[in-house]
Amino acid sequence: MKLNERSLAFYATCDSPADNAGFLYKRGERHTAYHRRWFVLKGNMLFYFEERESREPVGVIVLEGCTVELCDSAEEFAFAIRFSGTKSRTYVLAAESQAAMESWVKSLSRASFDYMRLVVRELEKQLEEMRWGPASGCGGCQQLPGSWKPKPSGPERSPERLPALPPILPKENGCAVWNNVSGVDRPPDTSICSGYDSEGNPQPPPLPPRRRASSSEAGSAGAAAAESPSTFCRLHERYGQEVARLRQDWLERRRGPRP
Amino acid sequence: MRYNERELLFLARQPAEKAAEILMRLPKKGSVLKKRLVKLVVNFLFYFRTDESEPIGALLLEHCRIIKEEENVFSISFVEEPERKYCFECDSEEQCQEWIEALKRASYEFMRRCLIFYRNEIQKMTGKDPLEQYGISEEARFQLGTHKQ
Repeated sequence: MKLNERSLAFYATCDSPADNAGFLYKRGERHTAYHRRWFVLKGNMLFYFEERESREPVGVIVLEGCTVELCDSAEEFAFAIRFSGTKSRTYVLAAESQAAMESWVKSLSRASFDYMRLVVRELEKQLEEMRWGPASGCGGCQQLPGSWKPKPSGPERSPERLPALPPILPKENGCAVWNNVSGVDRPPDTSICSGYDSEGNPQPPPLPPRRRASSSEAGSAGAAAAESPSTFCRLHERYGQEVARLRQDWLERRRGPRP
Repeated sequence: MRYNERELLFLARQPAEKAAEILMRLPKKGSVLKKRLVKLVVNFLFYFRTDESEPIGALLLEHCRIIKEEENVFSISFVEEPERKYCFECDSEEQCQEWIEALKRASYEFMRRCLIFYRNEIQKMTGKDPLEQYGISEEARFQLGTHKQ
């Protein structure tokens, strides 16, 4: 199977932040000798280099569907990356200190794409609940069309436009997303912001539209909320009222003009 | 570059975020459009001959650009070689847009930015760090301002 190796090598060596980096001993597959390698973790990809200064990684371990565990080994500070499946390989690595081992085990066990997606969805849900109340109170919101538009400094919003999270995309083949071995089950959901400008360059997610009344500064309506719980409740109330009003408008418009 | 092929092949067999038969052209000179089963799983785009169960190849979707080309067509290229484009011709404009949206959100780096953004928003609204409950608030990869593009 072909891989876009040049891009992989670029990803490994470019200056995007590494989630962890350091020397580890890697046990060979056939021969059980350990080799000291420079490891760089970026996202769900664990690259390893012959030397720290090497311009290209020797190899990469794709960290999806694996578990990370401490293991019994003659080697001190050893841990293993284990993949499911009978013929799958187990990578045995050893750190140079207890602290390094713990740090690596921690970051590797959370390195999967699925884990990241889980956390993002959870925060997204929290944010949504904070703005519009629990799902039961405003169940229609999630189905409303619309997505964040990349206008970071745009407090001016027409009243009809209800800011909503992007709709759940239809699945081509109706299959659920594969979950990694940590066993958490979540419905497939790609409702995260589109984060690109017109040239397809990645942009940080745009600030959601803010009510002018809450703050004179775009994007910092929350500042008032953070001051006291009652301020937040008032804000929450106000958002809730606007939502109710907008829903009413929308329902009326749907019914059509009255005779 | 060595990689854990067995595990990647296993990943290719998992239920996809998105899958379809699409015409695809490699960036090689003289390449023509060929019908492929294209499958998005986590941040990998696998492509198969339509009657085979093992993919011909896989693209890791990090530091890539998804660009709308002409009608029904989009391309994937990587930042270090922007002229080298993998081209995809869809059946419809709608399908084309759906794929562009899905692929733009498919990178780990993109999700990281979303996470940092949401974390910051929640922190502003509540004064509390929502990542604390997961025990990951100190991790470098989730800090505001550490991510460079």
